[in-house]
Amino acid sequence: MLNRRRFLMSTAAAGAAGLAASHFIPAFAQDAPQLQIFVPAAPGGGWDQTARAMDQVLRSEKLISGSQITNVGGAGGTVGLPQFVNQWKGKGNALMVAGMVMVGAIIANKAANDLTEVTPIARLTGEFEALVVPAASPFKTAADFVAALKADPTQVPVAGGSAGGSDHILFGLIAKTVGVPATNLSYVPFAGGGEALSALLGNQVAAGISGYGEFAEQVKAGALRLLAISADKRQEGIDAPTMKEAGIDVELFNWRGVFAPPGVSDADKAAMIKLIETMAKSDAWATECKNRNWTQILLTGDDYAKFVAEDTARIGTILKDLGLA
Amino acid sequence: METLGHLAHGFSVAFSPINLIWCLVGTTLGTAIGVLPGLGPALTIALLLPITYQVAPEASFILFAGIYYGAMYGGSTTSILLNTPGESATIVTALEGNRMARSGRGGAALATSAIGSFVAGTLGTIGVAFLAPIVVKFALAFGPAEYFSLMVLAFITVSAVLGSSSVRGLTSLFAGFVVGMIGVDLQTGQPRFTFGMSELLDGVDVIVVAVGLFAVGETLYMASRRYAGKDDIVPLKGSLYMTAAEWSRSWRPWLRGSLIGFPIGAMPAGGAEIPTFLSYAIEKKLSRHKDEFGTVGAIEGVAGPEAANNASAAGVLVPMLTLGLPTSATAAIMLSAFQSYGINPGPLLLTTQADLVWGLIASLFIANVILVVLNLPLIGLWVRLLKIPAPQLYAGILVFATVGTYGISQSPIDLVILYLLGAAGFLMRRFDFPTAPVIIGMILGPLAETQFRRAMTISNGDWTVFYKHPLSLTLLTLAFIGLVGPHIWAYIEHRRMRGPEHVPGDA
Repeated sequence: MLNRRRFLMSTAAAGAAGLAASHFIPAFAQDAPQLQIFVPAAPGGGWDQTARAMDQVLRSEKLISGSQITNVGGAGGTVGLPQFVNQWKGKGNALMVAGMVMVGAIIANKAANDLTEVTPIARLTGEFEALVVPAASPFKTAADFVAALKADPTQVPVAGGSAGGSDHILFGLIAKTVGVPATNLSYVPFAGGGEALSALLGNQVAAGISGYGEFAEQVKAGALRLLAISADKRQEGIDAPTMKEAGIDVELFNWRGVFAPPGVSDADKAAMIKLIETMAKSDAWATECKNRNWTQILLTGDDYAKFVAEDTARIGTILKDLGLA
Repeated sequence: METLGHLAHGFSVAFSPINLIWCLVGTTLGTAIGVLPGLGPALTIALLLPITYQVAPEASFILFAGIYYGAMYGGSTTSILLNTPGESATIVTALEGNRMARSGRGGAALATSAIGSFVAGTLGTIGVAFLAPIVVKFALAFGPAEYFSLMVLAFITVSAVLGSSSVRGLTSLFAGFVVGMIGVDLQTGQPRFTFGMSELLDGVDVIVVAVGLFAVGETLYMASRRYAGKDDIVPLKGSLYMTAAEWSRSWRPWLRGSLIGFPIGAMPAGGAEIPTFLSYAIEKKLSRHKDEFGTVGAIEGVAGPEAANNASAAGVLVPMLTLGLPTSATAAIMLSAFQSYGINPGPLLLTTQADLVWGLIASLFIANVILVVLNLPLIGLWVRLLKIPAPQLYAGILVFATVGTYGISQSPIDLVILYLLGAAGFLMRRFDFPTAPVIIGMILGPLAETQFRRAMTISNGDWTVFYKHPLSLTLLTLAFIGLVGPHIWAYIEHRRMRGPEHVPGDA
């Protein structure tokens, strides 16, 4: 386990704590003066950044005195999950960051533990995905892409992240909606980050699917053409239709949220939901999300639990279609 | 010379006292974490990311770049002295470097690696400043077919490390393939050789394998021969630093290593390991002291790969700064640091953030100077490690290897793997199987497999992609020449030598 003590900002934290003590103290701050955040991924990734941004905002809003972040990475979060379920049971001041990637990994890895065992607190953010083509591509619109896919899916190699990840799932959903068998798709998985992008910039593949943030700068620079985004509605400053507008009935957010351990009291759960709701409504959180291209899609408590169950079912079906589960 | 103007401005940013201090902190920290196996630059920068909330972007990137370059310098120290590579890019350094250390030339090995790192780092940084737009165009032309052909070329050249018996060498290489295949297959998402253990789904870290086979295996072997063999401490021979002969044997490998490392580092799937393999193979081929390779240690085999890995570290910055493409774990984490400042790294970075980018490039030049100044005096201290008597030294190595491995992922499973591999390394040494090909197989095997399957997916099963793409064809041709060339050459030589003898009655 890797415990990150906030030694770098100890002075600032002490100052903040001092202020919090002498001024207004929200009720739940007394219950959770010190937050423990469990990140089932290595430092630096999306979940880790979520945890760090939460820590930063919660402290700057004086909602907590500080937090301790624990990273247990591996296998899409399925190495960390059993530890959170078994060793963190009943801890009222603890949260785990997880998301759609973990739902997929649990199914694909046939993991022993799943997300029904932990306590859903809130869905925080999502990254909608983008369908892009190289600037020189003959595909001008999403309809062109779909037409080519329908004609012969093997001739349309699409680059994205690892097999069974959110990019692959979205490609599967697109194919299913337009009536192309998922098993015929030519999906080229990359270990993520720059590699898929470089395959697109080098004209190695016909199209690419990944989080919009991965492509945004290249689209602005004119190196890639954005055909459609998987958001629920048009996004400000993005000149592209949603998939639904483009005739592909799919909506997908690569969501991230937080869970409490199993066996926490109802009071702790309610306090934690309140804490996260307060954080999510702050300006500081809005700024963090804007900087990182995260869309806020707050959903808490039972609604969140219902959403996780539905998403698990949807992902399970499509992974089966893709031959991965 | 627009670039020179930018660079001058960059130096004015980097030379502010506060940024110089950040650079010094970064390089010192980088050297330290490079020395420790397990704690790499990617993890260190990830742990320091919260600093982005506190300081200006220039300062944090200068710090991060210092750590990144520093780790490349420090990583070779433990490879050479303890046969325990701190980073995957310094595994090849251990091959000759540790032999040199054990024949009393540890100081020279450390010096050639530090100065070679300086030369390559400086050349690489000049490359970043002046050639980035050209290099990146070349790098993007590399698709899966080209990468596969590059791997084929790399496989041909690694025969240099297979050792004297090809059967034993190939056995080790194939064992490496198997270890490399453990984990989730990227192309299909299915687990392979994981035996139902979720800890194995992400595969086995190459550092764990290198440390297990080299350091732990070696320690066990030494322990088994404790009373059978002699236990001499090899005194330091000759000058602490390099002799004139060693200088003249080093400078060409430094330059060749830089030339190999920089472009491959700039390729999105190039990495730092392949250039070190290629450089080692080339130096072994060109060296006039082939007998020293694998015996007393050849300085060329340290100078070349060390230059190659530092030049590739500079190469990685090319796609990152020109296109916003992260091509290594460290670059990916540095890019997420850009995001916490609300800066979106992309093709427009050079124009929108000129101060930051040129300040960073200028600070890399300064970091290189600081690093060589910092590392050369340390050599005197490091080589004293070799004066520790064998039992204590090897006990220390074991502790170091164990702690370092636990540091990589904090997983007890990794420790079990480390000692299993240590036992395997002991048996391999006992029965005279080379261990280096295991590491090479483990790194190259899965890369070649992935690129091959990607190329075939994209081409829809059409084999001709490998020879229809001109770049790919060139690489395959080079590999073919590498494979049959020496045999043809040997045959011609043989004929020429034997020729006169076989003419009866002649003279």
